[in-house]
Amino acid sequence: MTPRTPFRPLAVFGIPVAIALVTAVGLIAALLDDGVVDAVSWAALSVPVLAAVWSWRNRNR
Amino acid sequence: MTNRTIRIWTLIHKWTSLICTIFMLLLCLTGLPLIFHDEIEALTAEDTLPPMPADTPLKSLDEAVASALATYPGERPLFLSFDVDRPVVNVTTGPGARPPVSQMHISAIDLRTTRILADLNDDGGFMHVMLRLHVDLFAGLPGELFLGFMGFLLFLATLSGVVIYAPFMRKLSFGTVRAGRGRRLKWLDLHNMLGIVTLMWVVVVGLTGVINTLSVPLVAYWRANELAAMIAPYEGKPVPERFASVDAAVRTAMEAAPGMRPQFVAFPGVRFSSNHHYAVWLRGATPATNRILTPALIDAETGAFTDMRSMPWYMLALRLSQPLHFGDYGGLPMKILWAVLDLLTIVILGSGLYLWIARRRLVQARRAQDHAAASPGLRATAGEAAE
Repeated sequence: MTPRTPFRPLAVFGIPVAIALVTAVGLIAALLDDGVVDAVSWAALSVPVLAAVWSWRNRNR
Repeated sequence: MTNRTIRIWTLIHKWTSLICTIFMLLLCLTGLPLIFHDEIEALTAEDTLPPMPADTPLKSLDEAVASALATYPGERPLFLSFDVDRPVVNVTTGPGARPPVSQMHISAIDLRTTRILADLNDDGGFMHVMLRLHVDLFAGLPGELFLGFMGFLLFLATLSGVVIYAPFMRKLSFGTVRAGRGRRLKWLDLHNMLGIVTLMWVVVVGLTGVINTLSVPLVAYWRANELAAMIAPYEGKPVPERFASVDAAVRTAMEAAPGMRPQFVAFPGVRFSSNHHYAVWLRGATPATNRILTPALIDAETGAFTDMRSMPWYMLALRLSQPLHFGDYGGLPMKILWAVLDLLTIVILGSGLYLWIARRRLVQARRAQDHAAASPGLRATAGEAAE
């Protein structure tokens, strides 16, 4: 927490906010209709899961 | 953010988490089988419909209710709900207008024969135990509200977690997991990463869970306000001795609301109706509207239409909180994703607990080290004093 590395909101929260918005779309979409929209939900709700998998696979050893 | 603000948010995160974690672990574990309750119950289902010609005429709802009452003599009808895809109604009966759930009986009735297909009574089996642990810890309304408060603490823990995520991630790129530099660092990074990617899901499932715990007070509030306004002329009237035809009541309600379908009927005196009315709860016919219920009130003595009003916002919130909490509105793939996100939440809770313990150990070890470093000097002083 040295003053030399300033807090850059976009760098820290850019991707998390994008994932949160995609998740929200996935949660709402399936409420509105059946059929194709369900698939949109599945794809959107896979995003946080895939982000976690990607992060784990790219862990620094 | 100053170091002081960070320290305050860290304290909030630590204490809200510590208090709710054990209950959240319980909710995540019991919730896991509940996600698949339809599939699990279908495995042991006994109420398969006997094959009959497709154009077999249906009996009246009144005959179905009579059939249920014949099975449970001395009881009165409370609810009648409609299965979506088959000619089956589920009739709930009980010894009084508002008995505890444990004294209610639910009969699934084939409308073509009015034969009882199965009783859906709580059997005290595995799924029942999971449900009760998840909903109220076997403690009724106080248990429900307690778990609701724990859910609120989870919300605070999540919020404070997002705030302190920023200083942690200042020098790291998104998703960094440092796995080769000790166990504590690895779990810290995993905790941060999983916490931030599941954020929206955890917040939505958590808060809708909290809203669901408020179901009893919200329905009571609706009954005392909205419903009371709808039935003002009937105020103070007792529950009728004999009820008019429920079949006719449902038809009257459907005529008053073209395009809507009945979901369930609440009999006079129960929580979801007035003392003097059938409340026929109608739902929209399209996927977007079929979760929105509109109660039509039918005079249970005369069978006359009384009033129909759409639900106020808090009842709508309660209604929409159910699918958003259960994850049962997007087929099996959605349930599987729900389960995966639930498991990730368990990892977040477990790692949070581990990090708290590991950090305490670290602090204690440091203190011991400082103590050891200081002791030779102390011994020397003590030695000098002894001489």
